[in-house]
Amino acid sequence: MSNYHLDHLQHLETEAIHIMREVAGEFERPALLFSGGKDSICLLRLAEKAFRPSEFPMPLLNVDTGHHFPELNEFRDRRAKQLGAKLIVRTVEDAIAKGIAMPAPGEISRNRLQIPTLLAAIDEFRFDCCIGGARRDEEKARAKERFFSFRDSFGQWDPKNQRPEIWNLYNGRLNPGENMRVFPISNWTEMDVWEYIQREQLEVPSIYFSHQRLCVRRAGQWLPVNALQPPKPGEDVRELVVRVRTIGDIISTGCVESPASTTADIIAEIAAARVTERGSRADDKSSEAAMEDRKKAGYF
Amino acid sequence: MPNFSPYPFMPLNTASPLPVDILRFNTCGSVDDGKSTLIGRLLYDSKSLMEDQIEALERSADITGGGQINLANLTDGLRAEREQGITIDVAYRYFATPRRKFIIADTPGHVQYTRNMVTGASLANLSIVLVDARLGVIEQSRRHTAIAALLRIPHLVVAVNKMDLVGWSEARFLEIRAQFEEFLPRLDIKDVKFIPMSALNGDNVVDASPHTPWYVGPTLLGHLETVHIASDWNLNGFRLPVQWVNRPNNPTDAALHDFRGFSGQIAGGIVRVGQKIIAFPAGLTTTVKQIWTFDGPVQEVFCPQSVTLVLEHDIDISRGSMLVGLDAHLPGSHADLQAEVCWMHSRPLQPGKKYFLKHTTHTVQVAITEIVSKLNLDTLESGAAPTELAMNDIGEIRLRAAKPLVFDGYATNRLTGSFILIEPGTNATVAAGMMRPPRESVKTENADYVI
Repeated sequence: MSNYHLDHLQHLETEAIHIMREVAGEFERPALLFSGGKDSICLLRLAEKAFRPSEFPMPLLNVDTGHHFPELNEFRDRRAKQLGAKLIVRTVEDAIAKGIAMPAPGEISRNRLQIPTLLAAIDEFRFDCCIGGARRDEEKARAKERFFSFRDSFGQWDPKNQRPEIWNLYNGRLNPGENMRVFPISNWTEMDVWEYIQREQLEVPSIYFSHQRLCVRRAGQWLPVNALQPPKPGEDVRELVVRVRTIGDIISTGCVESPASTTADIIAEIAAARVTERGSRADDKSSEAAMEDRKKAGYF
Repeated sequence: MPNFSPYPFMPLNTASPLPVDILRFNTCGSVDDGKSTLIGRLLYDSKSLMEDQIEALERSADITGGGQINLANLTDGLRAEREQGITIDVAYRYFATPRRKFIIADTPGHVQYTRNMVTGASLANLSIVLVDARLGVIEQSRRHTAIAALLRIPHLVVAVNKMDLVGWSEARFLEIRAQFEEFLPRLDIKDVKFIPMSALNGDNVVDASPHTPWYVGPTLLGHLETVHIASDWNLNGFRLPVQWVNRPNNPTDAALHDFRGFSGQIAGGIVRVGQKIIAFPAGLTTTVKQIWTFDGPVQEVFCPQSVTLVLEHDIDISRGSMLVGLDAHLPGSHADLQAEVCWMHSRPLQPGKKYFLKHTTHTVQVAITEIVSKLNLDTLESGAAPTELAMNDIGEIRLRAAKPLVFDGYATNRLTGSFILIEPGTNATVAAGMMRPPRESVKTENADYVI
């Protein structure tokens, strides 16, 4: 073996940096979607590697559903400040108040309402491209999405009419009103993300690690007890030692029982895991085509 | 394996002590050759499936009746596909063994979706062409093999599938192999492996089959784990297409105030601090002053690393410029180009039409001046010049660019010898192009240091 060898993480890294810089080179007004979750934490490190010593040539954008874990928002704000990045937050609450997002009667989940909130933010700042941390190993519909995912003027993804992506040549050309979503870590797996966090010694929100939490058993999952959907009489409520594998809203994020308290523990746990990551997200379980439908409507 | 880190400043990852690499491969074949089943089998037998994925498989088996798990359901991801029972777009899958990580592009065999095969295969190290043992070589097998050869995918596997349906006949296997060997010499593929298998039953996919005592080669996974890919990247002739000029313009930090770096992904070769390079299109020579990385300065970087170079002299360099090493072969610089293209759009290519051409980090306007020939996928020979190239046609064309391009022949460098064509207005990506070698290399006698 020669010395001119990149291991798998270095390959994934160089590919992702290339894509980040293509965005900076091809778009007028890009933004980077930063939630504070592990995938977008990797994106920020990749942005540092792509653009330092300059400032990031794009602001960070987050759609706050109002149902976020408080630990997540605290981390989001702190990390943006550390990096000297501009952080724009648009809330579903506010979008509802302005009539941009309309909850259905009795609709508690904010999943669907994130979509008009994001699209309104794209309009407001005239963003032509949003970088996101989606990965193809997460879900079947994402497995078919390009790095540069074209959205029409309604923000919709058309899986049957995607631009061919050949070599490392990405077609970022848009007409007015159209938009691109770009996913630099498309080729990363959950394991790659954690190995990268370990190698780069990146901080992640505390809820990824083992902690004590009051949980309620619903639809085969342990959900965090919260004020929005308090336990009903007869429901199984327990104090458990848990962590989250993927962060969604507090009402839909399943907790897994785990003693993993370091990144190395998590890597060992994933290596032995028997359930995929999105298996702990109630929002994807509703139907096999749940994600496909949400993406077509303009989801991240 | 030696214990080293290619980034001297980066400690080895303690969680995985052996450096592993990535093998990208794609699967192609015609409808019902069992591509999706093969991928499902690789994931299933290499224990890369999780409980909930198996659960979802079993759930859909119960609903659709029969009770038999359909491995193809793992990759047929979109509802439209499940309804039609075909794969309509490239799906990417990931799995790892202790030896390697794998990125699979599942590319469909439908005639009208050849563009997706090119998408899935363009960066692959290896292509798997599936053949139904009952049918042998059909037009699709030739087409897919030809595309793999055209894209210069270094390794090819011919998976002779459904061997159970021909009674595990060695004679049939050898017959199909002979059918391939009739046309393979006309294609430039260096490494071809034939493997008899049954993806449905798992024979010779991950585990060796008891039905093929006459076959002494590796299983498919065994081959994927060991095929030599370290020399698949081009380390000969330094090329850096500039993606982004890094100018911090930081008035408070003296070190950053004048910082001017050129960022990009190395498309070929190796570069060291102190090395002489030439910047195109300026045509001026300078030396590498510093290789800047987020993790600290380094002395040497190589393809395909993403880097930032600081140069000795202040030369006019911007996105689309190319930095080139003077130590090896030089690229060409021409506005009149000749290339092979795979046409990917329902509106045909015709002489006189204008497009945008994206080559490395550079986009220029081009006009098609001539269609030279069209490749006949049955004979694999070039036929007379047609009046147009239709969707899925492969042909040789001449183009004229608004400005000269600095490029290599595709056979020399896949990254500096490739381009896409974009239709103005719709912005559709309509072609994948592969440059013919330049007529002559750039002359450097006029290149001089800037004063």
